[in-house]
Amino acid sequence: MIDRRPGLRVGLLLTPPMLWLGVAYLGALAALLVTSLWTQNDFTGSIERAWTLENFRTLFTVDVYRTITLRTIGIAALVTVIDVVLAFPIALYMAKVASPRLQRILVISVLTPLWASYLVKAYAWRGMLSADGPIAWIARPFGLDTPGYGLPAVVITLSYLWLPYMILPVYAGLERLPDSLFEASADLGAGAWTTLRRVVFPMAFPAVVAGSIFTFSLSMGDYIAVKIVGGTGQLLGNVVYDNQGAANNLPFAAAVATVPIVVMLAYLTAVRRTGALENL
Amino acid sequence: MRRNPTKRLAALACAGVLALAATACGTSSGDGGGDGGPKADEKQGGFTAPDVPMTDAIGDPEGQVNILAWPGYAEDGSTDKSVDWVTPFEKESGCQANVKYFGTSDEAVQLMKTGEYDVVSASGDATLRLIAGGDVAPVNTDLLTNYADIAPFLKDQLFNSVGDQMYGVPHGWGANLLMYNTDVVKPAPTSWSAVFDDASTYAGKVTAYDSPIYIADAALYLMKTQPDLGIENPYALDKDQLAAAVDLLKAQKGNVSEYWSDYLKEVQAFKTGDSVIGTTWQVIASVAQGEGAPVEAVLPEEGATGWSDTWMISSKAKNPNCGYLWMDYITSPKAQAAVAEYFGEAPANTKACELTSDKTFCDTYHAEDADFASQIWYWTTPISQCLDGRDETCTDYGEWTTAWTEVKG
Amino acid sequence: MATSSSRSIAMSRGLRRSLGGFTVLVLAVVYVPLLLVLINSFNTDNTFGWPPPGFTLHWWKVAAESSGARDALVTSVEVALCATAVALVLGTLAAMGLRRTRFFGRNAISLLIILPIALPGIVTGLAFQNGFRTILGVQLSIWTIVIAHATFCIVTVFNNVQARFQRLGASYEQASMDLGAGRWTTFRLITFPMLRSSLLAGALLSFGLSFDEIVVTTFTASSQDQTLPIWILQNLFRPNQAPVVNVVAAVLVIASAVPIYLAQRLSGSTAEGLTGAR
Repeated sequence: MIDRRPGLRVGLLLTPPMLWLGVAYLGALAALLVTSLWTQNDFTGSIERAWTLENFRTLFTVDVYRTITLRTIGIAALVTVIDVVLAFPIALYMAKVASPRLQRILVISVLTPLWASYLVKAYAWRGMLSADGPIAWIARPFGLDTPGYGLPAVVITLSYLWLPYMILPVYAGLERLPDSLFEASADLGAGAWTTLRRVVFPMAFPAVVAGSIFTFSLSMGDYIAVKIVGGTGQLLGNVVYDNQGAANNLPFAAAVATVPIVVMLAYLTAVRRTGALENL
Repeated sequence: MRRNPTKRLAALACAGVLALAATACGTSSGDGGGDGGPKADEKQGGFTAPDVPMTDAIGDPEGQVNILAWPGYAEDGSTDKSVDWVTPFEKESGCQANVKYFGTSDEAVQLMKTGEYDVVSASGDATLRLIAGGDVAPVNTDLLTNYADIAPFLKDQLFNSVGDQMYGVPHGWGANLLMYNTDVVKPAPTSWSAVFDDASTYAGKVTAYDSPIYIADAALYLMKTQPDLGIENPYALDKDQLAAAVDLLKAQKGNVSEYWSDYLKEVQAFKTGDSVIGTTWQVIASVAQGEGAPVEAVLPEEGATGWSDTWMISSKAKNPNCGYLWMDYITSPKAQAAVAEYFGEAPANTKACELTSDKTFCDTYHAEDADFASQIWYWTTPISQCLDGRDETCTDYGEWTTAWTEVKG
Repeated sequence: MATSSSRSIAMSRGLRRSLGGFTVLVLAVVYVPLLLVLINSFNTDNTFGWPPPGFTLHWWKVAAESSGARDALVTSVEVALCATAVALVLGTLAAMGLRRTRFFGRNAISLLIILPIALPGIVTGLAFQNGFRTILGVQLSIWTIVIAHATFCIVTVFNNVQARFQRLGASYEQASMDLGAGRWTTFRLITFPMLRSSLLAGALLSFGLSFDEIVVTTFTASSQDQTLPIWILQNLFRPNQAPVVNVVAAVLVIASAVPIYLAQRLSGSTAEGLTGAR
């Protein structure tokens, strides 16, 4: 019966995951959007289910939210670029130069830091960047200084935290490229740089984009690292967090949360054609 | 708050709206309360609590008690084996203690409404809400052997009593002080102006508390320095007054190195010299001093903001006898000494001062200093009904949050 | 998989050397903060002052005796196991459902599976918190954490399984069916063994994701259910507890070698095992 009707079989297989993701998860997201159209009663602190665009009006008209949104996108983009620049050579070395044994060691070395708690690593960077921490100690003889706490520190810390999420997909993508590709390119007279630029990078691009989805999204939503090393700075995540927790203004927090949703959906749509989504 | 600053703060934030509103509505035209927290009988005017009967005797223990507490107030050794004052209570009273921690005052109020819990450690922003909601019962202080030893200046306050009737037992309190690096900041500051009008002296080295409630610190400073603004209570700001406080904070921001929200961050910043002056808690100052940082914490001449917590008993308590036994135990000198030293706040029971492992603890925390306590404005949630009793619309915590976002930019 | 033993790819010696040098340099920088954590776990200073005024084993002793840390560890493992179990079932079903089918909406389903990990944690967390508390009126508990974690873990299993399907094709199963085996028998004897190592890889990644997750957890956990990251966050705020956190982190880094080693042994290729590479 099932064998004769592949549509039914597919339907049966897909029903449980679709119930979970399509109904529970999308439902929760939809509810979040709906909540952003409600309002909070100042007197009781409870949510009033009356429709209003007030939250979005505040979001778009008060300058500070635009500033924070642009700052957050800028930081997420910068972190992503830094991670690509750092990750690509490493991934290339791992995939195409290192011996199989060294390759395994490198993969473990890249993965291990992921297991140290996020918070502990962020605090470690707080120590590194402090006025009398190791960075200042190394930099001073050269007439430089630690960037101190602030947005540069946030960029450094986030780039550090998310680097493995970039290295792994790029490495996986590069490893899939057959070695013969390099030889063919060389046989056709291309130098190593030309091969990298004209052959390897374009072919690894979907994997880079896949990694960037991680780094960009993780940076867009961060509110903890910025509290630890961000000095006086704040990102979108802090606005969401402050409004849902302390102020108990869930509708406004929900409205602010739609910003990263829109940004990420736009990003996903833009990169869908590269095939990046199959590389996650 | 010390244990869990963000949540604790959220506490203030979320909470208290209903009851405070009720109180504020009933408040007769305020006298401003002078330098400190006004006494209950002076200010509560028309506020009447629901008629909830009071126990007149402690009967046989029921065998268990359900405790709702701030993290750090009822430690049973699970965090640190040596930090345990719940187990001795169980042995002593025969009541098994089931402790549940809550994260915010809002959560505490909701959980108390279920009637599942017998006692709760409530902050100033939850207490009146619980009283007005009929969720807590008046406390018969005659049944509590340790009540007589509670510091008098904590009794019969606006946030823990109605009329002459106590609705709880004071637990502990503290102030948000001004800390400075004694090597760098000279002469020693005596006023909050050091972090506001004169902050540029230490540009890039000033620190401030990362929360909308910090606006009250600015408002307190303005209340004392700019009487024209007419601020009577730093938690009751109309739009113009809030704008003035925000302007002050925006000017301050240019000199701020970082905003702090947890104890570790601030101790580190003062030890490394990343911050040299700013608001603090006594426990932070003590830890920093203990690790050799050249810091000092003072109560500036304008007074300060602070907090005060109270143990209350549910009106629907299933284990009222064990509940009373717990309230008596937790305010006993020994337990108070343990909690106060662990949490880092002044114990309400001044007899605890003889039992602290650090003999100067109570002096450091000003536990017996009524004059010191009178200069503290305890954290309260700002609501649209002006808490100082004015017949105007004040800014609520939501507006404070937006304002704080704008201050940080 | 593509590693040839000669590695004589068309790259100059200089380029290979500089790539190697760069890799070593960056990895060294990656490990400096971790080393700092390890050193600080022996630091006598309560707030990890630098340089350490002295060294002590005190924090290791406190950590070993901390039942709070142990309970949090147990909670974290429970949550990660439950979330991984759900992700295994749902991820495999989704990958099987989308296999060899090209129906309308296939891309939409792929996107839906990726969405929970592509959207920032604060969005997923807030959406679930709002859904549970405001909309459904459910009290937060360990199960709300599991539901939220499982949602963003599905993608790891899905990707691994889908990759395996793509690589191996359907010929073995076809042969099995041609020989008269039923669909269930074929799944049991052919499909499942074929998928086993990719399931393990997906499960490990999923376990790791859930284990160190803090943002979504913050929003979906009640104050009673502490996972290890939440315990760490709270203890960083407790006077004299922060150094214990360094011990826990150091232990985690060292202990992480076990699952990584297992993954490597059981799945053949490290790259595939841990990255879902194919």
